[in-house]
Amino acid sequence: MPPRRIAIRDHTAEANLVARRAFMALILVGIMLLVLLNNLYKLQVTRYEDYQTRADGNRIKLLPVAPNRGLIYDRNGVLLAENRPVFRLEVIPEQVDNLDDTLSELASLLSIDADRLDDFRKDMASQRRFKPVALLGSMTEEQMALFAVNQHRFPGVSIEARLKRFYPYAEALTHVLGYVARINKRDLQKLAVEGQEANYAATHDIGKLGVEKYHEALLHGEVGYQEVEVNSRGKILRTLRFEPPTPGQDLILNIDIRLQQAAVKALEGQRGSVVMLDSRDGGVLAMYSNPSYDPNLFVHGISSKNYNALLANKNKPLINRATQGQYPPASTIKPHLALLGLEENVITPTSKMLDVGKYTLPNVSHTWRDHKATGHGYVDVTKAIVVSCDTFFYDLAYRLGIDRISDFMQQFGFGDYTGIDLYEEADGIMPSRGWKKAARNEPWYIGDTIIIGIGQSFWTATPLQLATSIMELANRGIHYHPRILRGELQPTGIELLPPNESEPLRINKQSNVDVVLHAMQEVVNDPVHGTARTAFKNTDYVSAGKTGTAQLFQIGEDEEYDEKKVAAHLRDNAMYVGYAPYDAPEVVVAVALENAGGGGSNAAPIARIMMDTYFNQAKETHAAN
Amino acid sequence: MQRTKLETDKRSLLNRMHIDGWLLLGLLTLMSLGLCVIWSAGGKDLALIERQVIRLAFAIGVMVLLAQIPPGAFRRVSVFFYVSGLLMLIAVLAVGTVGKGAQRWLDLGFMRFQPSEIMKLAVPMMVAWYVSKFTLPTKLKDVFIGFVMVLVPTLLIAKQPDLGTSLLIASSGLFVIFLAGLSWKLIGFCTLAAGLFTPIMWLFLMQDYQKQRVLTFLNPESDPLGSGYHIIQSQIAIGSGGIEGKGWLQGTQSQLEFLPERHTDFIFSVFSEEFGFIGILALLALYLFIIIRGMLIAVRAQDAYSKLLAGSITLTFFVYVFVNMGMVSGLLPVVGVPLPLVSYGGTSMVTLMAGFGILMAISTQKRLLSR
Repeated sequence: MPPRRIAIRDHTAEANLVARRAFMALILVGIMLLVLLNNLYKLQVTRYEDYQTRADGNRIKLLPVAPNRGLIYDRNGVLLAENRPVFRLEVIPEQVDNLDDTLSELASLLSIDADRLDDFRKDMASQRRFKPVALLGSMTEEQMALFAVNQHRFPGVSIEARLKRFYPYAEALTHVLGYVARINKRDLQKLAVEGQEANYAATHDIGKLGVEKYHEALLHGEVGYQEVEVNSRGKILRTLRFEPPTPGQDLILNIDIRLQQAAVKALEGQRGSVVMLDSRDGGVLAMYSNPSYDPNLFVHGISSKNYNALLANKNKPLINRATQGQYPPASTIKPHLALLGLEENVITPTSKMLDVGKYTLPNVSHTWRDHKATGHGYVDVTKAIVVSCDTFFYDLAYRLGIDRISDFMQQFGFGDYTGIDLYEEADGIMPSRGWKKAARNEPWYIGDTIIIGIGQSFWTATPLQLATSIMELANRGIHYHPRILRGELQPTGIELLPPNESEPLRINKQSNVDVVLHAMQEVVNDPVHGTARTAFKNTDYVSAGKTGTAQLFQIGEDEEYDEKKVAAHLRDNAMYVGYAPYDAPEVVVAVALENAGGGGSNAAPIARIMMDTYFNQAKETHAAN
Repeated sequence: MQRTKLETDKRSLLNRMHIDGWLLLGLLTLMSLGLCVIWSAGGKDLALIERQVIRLAFAIGVMVLLAQIPPGAFRRVSVFFYVSGLLMLIAVLAVGTVGKGAQRWLDLGFMRFQPSEIMKLAVPMMVAWYVSKFTLPTKLKDVFIGFVMVLVPTLLIAKQPDLGTSLLIASSGLFVIFLAGLSWKLIGFCTLAAGLFTPIMWLFLMQDYQKQRVLTFLNPESDPLGSGYHIIQSQIAIGSGGIEGKGWLQGTQSQLEFLPERHTDFIFSVFSEEFGFIGILALLALYLFIIIRGMLIAVRAQDAYSKLLAGSITLTFFVYVFVNMGMVSGLLPVVGVPLPLVSYGGTSMVTLMAGFGILMAISTQKRLLSR
């Protein structure tokens, strides 16, 4: 290999070459710096506002703040629903290292039972990620102390203080007040439809039943906002702005807690309900359905065990019997029928018929029996109401016909919702030809009409409907819709709602009403024949009413009804409707007891307790003033 | 002009220590600025500052040490340095330690280091050694051999995979060839070839994560919470800084931790947010000052090897700056290149300062007989 030829290096030329290249490189550097600067200028100057907004969007978060729920008072200012601080044990499952270990350790430390743990796991599955799930809805002082000492062992578990609804009268008002409970998926869907999602962004509980549900919009209030600065992990560093929430409206109910408690006591051990209305405006003074249950259980999340027990209870405590119990009205509607007969001139105040204990029609083989086998003899309309003569009303119904009866009774509100401020209401059935065709696909038979006369034959009504209809009768046709809400407690004072009145009953002759109301007064006050005379002996006030005893089971034509032989759940329902004072009505009461027997001996005494309580109170108030 | 005695003494002290005063001034200013930004970006963490100060002191020590070595010595060890670096790269691929999804580290038992850092200096040294053997401008055959010298370590590092470093190494070698008088025709041809090579690289050479980075770069908003998150937050930080900036320690994107990798690769975003466009102009002026000083040293160097090496080290320093700023502002894909002498971190800082040590050696140690 020949040795490489060594060129004589021209150092100056090389130096010049490198210098030229270095200069060019510097120019290139300058160009690239300009490209960089151009891009940075675009970011920092041209699009500055856009990025400034996005930087603020990163760090500033708007946190919703839940409003305090409105309080609920009775008509005398007694607190019925309040907000109390409770301490919950909350777990954020994603922040717990070993959930199973943590849960079992917590369970033994705080003595949490296995059912609660199961419920917790169910709740966890339906909860969004990184949201706290309650392990204990409310902690005792002891549990709080035990946890506080051991808190360091349980990352991701903490005690949270919250305002929770509390119902001091517990089961006494469940069916009226209802309760609030945690917002579930269905509630969320409903809120979305109503466009209320934002307003509920921080709210945990929503009215599920009763007044709490019906007046949710009033009670809830308006959400507030807290503008906070957060870091990238969502940790709040400081509050920039605070817009306080508007608390919910404090409500005043027509309920009088003393009357309500009288009803609770009177119904003890019975299945049934009491409704007491103020006949001057339709306000619900008392409404109780027995058995009831403690609504506070639902507020803190009822355990599956307790809930299943309530569902399985054959006495059905979850039902509000006053508005959802649909019973044959039985003889309680005889005054209404009598008024129709008088108005239609089918009978007169003095026309009489002979009751021999049974009713027959020509060419019909069936015999309809009176509750008194020997009959009541000659009866006019007054006596028919006072002794609750069946035969008289079989004949009256037959002569009126179902069409006239159905039309008239609908004016009293039978077969329709009363319009009370509760969603838990049944409409009952006011049978008609059309109804029977539609519901049963059967024609209307003459026999159906005859037993309509004693409030049977498919006819069902709720105790509230009965009370409302008697109120309309006592008010001589003025029709108020019953209402629980009395008014709102504003900073300026109490704002009362005007009575909710609708179209009155069409009455041709007021004297016809006099006849019927007088007869109802005799039911209570006739010392010999009145079916409620014993129950209302020696009252300080004069009341009027009507008893009812609804057969739940068909007795054969020749059989005697023997209470002892009939199964307990087929025994008669005891009903009573009444009002007082007779000459200037203030209150209306309806009582319905299931399988209790006769209305006069079982339901009427309860109505009396309610009226006595009302008038004693009025007297006390009067004396105090 | 008369100088006072004190000034003369100072100058002579720097001279005796073989330190280029202007360069040192630029570097120290940059480092101090870096510490200020790290203090802000790291959440006022004193321990972080301490570690960085120790690293800086060590790196300055390395620089001073290398400044004492005569440039001829660098040329003599070029080949040895390059070959042993190459062997270590191969060793890394064979037995290297995996960290952050890439095989970059060589565990020597008492310490771990990245052979690719050695190559950042070894490649320009080797190419400069080779082309300076012959008269400049370099002949086509030697250019080709130079390319091979650059390409082999570049591919080995790209395979680790470490796209950022392989980019820096490739450019350091190519700068030598460019400064050595690569013909413009060839430059045009190579640009064309690179354009054609791109699809081949995409299909056969790039790893999935690298492709993802490029895709994210092209459209960061397509995945704002995933791979696009870094670049979007970085752009928000820079953009929201505006002309005057939010003020030191006042950047919301950095202080509230929305910005990822705040004190390392994305430190420029923190700087831009807090000091604004005015701050950026000042920072770029500082970098430009160092680069111009470096190029001046290159032009004034005595022999071809020194000229080429000094020029390459300086221009590679600029590549760091350009790639880092480009990637955090969305101009380039994110390839993991730190902002030189400002970003927190050790290895690349030591290499950079070693490069400046060589520059100082070239600048201050000239044989008197050549003139």
